[in-house]
Amino acid sequence: MATSKQAIFTPEMKKTHTILVPDMLPVHFQLLISVLKPYGYHCELLRTASRAVVDEGLKNVHNDTCYPALLVIGQFMEALKSGRYDPDKTALLITQTGGGCRASNYIHLLRKAIREQFPQVPVISLNFSGLEKDPRSGWQMTPTIFLKFLYAVLYGDLLMSVSNQCRPYELKKGETDKLLQKWQRRLEKSFDSRDFLHTSRNYRRILEDFDKIPRTARNKVRVGIVGEIYVKYSPLANNHLEDFLLSEGCEPVIPSLLEFVMYCAVSTAVDGRLYHYLDKSVIYNGIGYKLIYAMQKQQIRAVKKHGVFDPPHDFEHLRKRADQYISQGVSMGEGWLITAEMAALAETGTENIICTQPFGCLPNHIVAKGMMRVIKNAYPNANITAIDYDPGATRVNQENRVKLMLANARKPAEK
Amino acid sequence: MSQPVYSLGIDVGSTTVKTVVIDTEHNILSQCYQRHFSRVRETVTEQIAALQKQFPDARFRICITGSAGLGLAQSAGIAFVQEVHAAFLAVKADYPKADVVIELGGEDAKMIFLTGGVEQRMNGSCAGGTGAFIDQMATLLGITADELDRLSLKAEKRYPIASRCGVFAKSDIQPLLNQGAKREDVAASIFQAVVDQTVSGLAQGRTIEGTVLFLGGPLSFLKGLRQAFVRTLKLDSDHAVFPENAPVFVAYGCAMFAEQSVEVSTLAEAMDKLEHAKTGGNTVTGKPLFASRAEYEQFIERHKAHDLPFADLRTETGGCWLGIDAGSTTTKLVLITDRGELLYQYYAANRGQPLDRIVEQLKKIFAEMNPDLHIRGSAVTGYGEDFIRAGLGIDYGIVETVAHFKAASYFCPDVDFIMDIGGQDIKCFKIRNHSIDSIMLNEACSSGCGSFIQSFAQAMGYEIAEFSQLGLFAEHPVDLGSRCTVFMNSSVKQAQKDGASVEDISAGLSGSIIKNAVYKVIRAKSVEELGKNIVVQGGTFLNDAVLRSFEMELGRDVIRPAISGLMGAFGAALYAKEHAPAQSTTITKEQIEAFTYTTRSAKCGGCTAHCALNIVTFPGGGRFISGNRCERGAGKSKAASAPSIYEWKYERILRCTDKKPAGVPCATVGLPLALAYYEQMPFWTELFTRLGFAVKRSRESDRDVYYQGQHTIPSDTVCYPAKLAHGHIEDLLEQRVDFIFWPCMSYNVDEGENDNHFNCPVVAYYPELLRANNLRLTKRNFITPYMDLNHKKGVYRALKEALKEYRYTGDLREAIEAAYAAQADYRREMAEEAQRIINEARASGRKIIVLAGRPYHIDKEINHGIHKLIASLGMAVVSEDAVAALGHVGKLGVLNQWTYHARLYRAAQYVTTQPDMQLVQLVSFGCGIDAVTTDEVRTILEQSGKLYTQLKIDEINNLGAAKIRLRSLVAAMEG
Repeated sequence: MATSKQAIFTPEMKKTHTILVPDMLPVHFQLLISVLKPYGYHCELLRTASRAVVDEGLKNVHNDTCYPALLVIGQFMEALKSGRYDPDKTALLITQTGGGCRASNYIHLLRKAIREQFPQVPVISLNFSGLEKDPRSGWQMTPTIFLKFLYAVLYGDLLMSVSNQCRPYELKKGETDKLLQKWQRRLEKSFDSRDFLHTSRNYRRILEDFDKIPRTARNKVRVGIVGEIYVKYSPLANNHLEDFLLSEGCEPVIPSLLEFVMYCAVSTAVDGRLYHYLDKSVIYNGIGYKLIYAMQKQQIRAVKKHGVFDPPHDFEHLRKRADQYISQGVSMGEGWLITAEMAALAETGTENIICTQPFGCLPNHIVAKGMMRVIKNAYPNANITAIDYDPGATRVNQENRVKLMLANARKPAEK
Repeated sequence: MSQPVYSLGIDVGSTTVKTVVIDTEHNILSQCYQRHFSRVRETVTEQIAALQKQFPDARFRICITGSAGLGLAQSAGIAFVQEVHAAFLAVKADYPKADVVIELGGEDAKMIFLTGGVEQRMNGSCAGGTGAFIDQMATLLGITADELDRLSLKAEKRYPIASRCGVFAKSDIQPLLNQGAKREDVAASIFQAVVDQTVSGLAQGRTIEGTVLFLGGPLSFLKGLRQAFVRTLKLDSDHAVFPENAPVFVAYGCAMFAEQSVEVSTLAEAMDKLEHAKTGGNTVTGKPLFASRAEYEQFIERHKAHDLPFADLRTETGGCWLGIDAGSTTTKLVLITDRGELLYQYYAANRGQPLDRIVEQLKKIFAEMNPDLHIRGSAVTGYGEDFIRAGLGIDYGIVETVAHFKAASYFCPDVDFIMDIGGQDIKCFKIRNHSIDSIMLNEACSSGCGSFIQSFAQAMGYEIAEFSQLGLFAEHPVDLGSRCTVFMNSSVKQAQKDGASVEDISAGLSGSIIKNAVYKVIRAKSVEELGKNIVVQGGTFLNDAVLRSFEMELGRDVIRPAISGLMGAFGAALYAKEHAPAQSTTITKEQIEAFTYTTRSAKCGGCTAHCALNIVTFPGGGRFISGNRCERGAGKSKAASAPSIYEWKYERILRCTDKKPAGVPCATVGLPLALAYYEQMPFWTELFTRLGFAVKRSRESDRDVYYQGQHTIPSDTVCYPAKLAHGHIEDLLEQRVDFIFWPCMSYNVDEGENDNHFNCPVVAYYPELLRANNLRLTKRNFITPYMDLNHKKGVYRALKEALKEYRYTGDLREAIEAAYAAQADYRREMAEEAQRIINEARASGRKIIVLAGRPYHIDKEINHGIHKLIASLGMAVVSEDAVAALGHVGKLGVLNQWTYHARLYRAAQYVTTQPDMQLVQLVSFGCGIDAVTTDEVRTILEQSGKLYTQLKIDEINNLGAAKIRLRSLVAAMEG
């Protein structure tokens, strides 16, 4: 149980080590690591998806641990054992949210997993709640990096959103993805200079570029994906749910990552109000939240002004939606945000919703499965299905459930 | 001549293929229902070929549906419709008045709500409560599903059986059978379990009412199941509809879909498409088990080295020793000489009647035995131990773990790891310093053991021996993953869809069982961890494919004695020989000829638990009682039991609501006896009575409380303590309290020495879920303020706001102060009581167990009386919260951020400082947080040389597995 022996990511390691990063959102994470590059961190996204990933996960973490932990740790272990990386010159980066959910413990499970075979590999915690602060560490989160991360998330969200709105309708297959890659490269470079700060110009260009893709009328069944953050976004975890929906002739609608960032930022202020205490962190978080919200508003305005694509959900609006069903005090895991996203999707015409979660996810008992009934009462046409993911659940079963939902979705059209 | 155009619906289910041909008037022209034994494509083409003969001139609109039909439809390029959608169409056309449709298939269960918001639901990744489940249970009883049905109609009583998954149900049914419960009653209980599973799993909060349509094979063939549904849902004959074409109903709907939306083609074209469908794709395959015949021969030769010599029963004279292993599905028996030679052996399925099997064998032995050979002693082990011992006068009853260790050391004196895979369970023991160091048993959800392969073999139409042989030389064994058996069913389905052969699947299943054992039960990280000398045993290792898979997984050779399946019995015989009784009480030749017994059931009146008892009476007045949770029902007095704090805590919490407010109450508040209230009752009762409220609590938990709230449970996989909360809310509503009070708390009390002090998400926010899913709850009658007990000021403000509608008489600030004091009193009294128990135990030389769980584990419906069981074994029981303050932990290997769980760590550390204490951790099934805590508690204990014992609990109230662990713990503490 002693943690004294664990390896630290020293400043010298910035020169020698490759930092492996699990790939949760293919669009966003590429941007995030390019933010880190000018600061001397050499990061690499892990995209491995072989069976060995699951096997390593099963071998190295308690099998009842949630699926995301199993996959992320499995991916790291597979990489370290594969010979592709020199364990003496590799570090691992993992996010830590710091809430009352099991996710805050992933990093410890990871350390446990590598302790015996790779004690020399340092594990870095990426978090914004001050966990694991260490002056000796070569990993220092500065306000500048944090700010750039925010921009990366904003750009990533916009790219994800517009490409999701184009891909199902493109006349020439693959055109959207080609453009997406082009923009990803361009934005990656933008972090080398101050170019990323020119948001209005960049937003406009992105919107215009994507709008140029020749497309058919936007009339497919829209299917919203909400849920536990890793399973919702990661194709590895959700068995390529987006691709499956595309192949079924649907338009996947995926809420933005910034919503989750803002949900985290606002929760301290919410707790302060609910539990009647006020301290520095409540005030700072309140200010931070307002800043991020202003950035979101700017993006929403840009999308609305352009007038072709659907903008992301206004976060203050989401909060109001949540209040109708559940308290914002529910702040473990994705908390009230899942409920709010389901309501907001139903409200904006995306009445078909898939709620994804790891098998046995505790917060989702409350905020997802527990709230479906009230959402359906409010939106009688809402067609919500919950899908659990774990290493044993097969694709057939998951796809069957999605198909069942789609059969429901198409019914009104047929009558 | 114009060709008629018909519509053909093909329903490819997990176990059957159904076809229906309809004309434009929707008359059924032809229908067929056939088991496919996993030969999906062949069965479909056979049926189409038959149709070709029947309708040589017709043209068809063809569509496929069904859980196993998707892949086939895609690869063949034939139209597909989702099966619930198909059923929906047919129901709309033929039964427009139906409100709800319930369809049970081979491996899935579905429910469609038609009125009041159309909703379609399917069972999740779990196949519990389906046709496959019924088949599996019938197999367990050694009969067919039809016979099961006939038996059920003659039932007199029903036992509670866990319905969520086949594996759990098995572990409920097995002890019932072993202890002599009537097969008729068990059969009816199985059907009831299916009904409960369907109702709770699929209705998820919606009430099933109005006209209900029942579809699918099991519901049309099994009368007993129908009756159970009709009775449970309280339907009359007008509202329970069983269509004549129920088995093929979905195919019928599929034909309707085809009529609306599929182009006309011919059967010949369809045949052609099916035959050319390409298969394969997603399935991952592994290495063959044996590269060549020669390698196999060599393997066989190596394992032959561990044979036992034989002696002849007819010629041997002197003394011999009898060992019996009454396992869950099989009965094993050996007779050995003084020199350890084998005189007689028996290994067979007990078909639910272990005692009858053993009596038959003993009669045989006595008949053949040399008159000068005498049974000098005997011992029995296994699930049926108590029963067999009581019936046949066996000298010793020993715990299975001890028996297996004895036997393994006989073959390998230096054994340091034993792995036993039986029909129902996996048992692994680590041996250190020639004594059992740690025991790992398979938990409720991973029992992918021998009986699983067996039922799979049968499903595919093979004998088990033949089936496993097939896997030996499979070229591309399928990788089926390592998850619970129920999930494995669907992995196999997928593999079949992808065209895997029976050989590949057989080999894959052998590999899966091993993976389950190694990664789920042992959770080994490296082979070195298991030790050098590994002995494997249990009937399942007689299967060469399983044995080979294990050696391959480990990358080293292991020892498998030739009597692998008889090791428990052999160990028992060795034990009898070692402990040689002066005068054996074992049943004699004369006695066995006259041996009979009778069974009847009764309810225990010893305490309020009212356990359902089975009383078996043996000749000469000997009685054996099973089903009792404590020793009281068995006729023993309570005096033999050691003291336990669980009763004290429970009574103390119940007593809180005896308090009355001074004067006329301003209103009545209801407090549910659930989750955090099991700790905070003193706080809230004090607060409310001080303020002038009358306080009522919900009644004590039992099975009925669970059923009462079952219809409002939205998530089937949440823990049992949370599920019970729904019933407590219903009970309070029945009591007509003015409002129910249940605060939401992200944070629990900060007790120090931790990283944070959260509640788990379920405890923190369950009121939110309750309000959203119980229609009778409103903002007015269910008050759920957010508060943090660490901030008194905040508590004051939150309560002031929450109770503003009520004109309470007491002063809120004073009441809060008193509430904090009352809670502190409770904690102090509890610590004192623990100290008293510890001192008393030490004075009488008893060992002490810290039974560590959560506050709500004192609920007797949750703990199933495990504390009583421990006390009855002579050990005193204290709880984690009562001793946590005495322990101290520094920085842990995990984020120590939940209050309840922080207590576990500190209690564990405290135990390491007390030589006469051990810790047993209670874990509720579905508690995700315990995936983190269990490993850490284990680490804390094992670093200091303590044993780690974990008991997983669920709605199952069978204590069989818990008993094995606890008795092994006792044996280890003594040894």
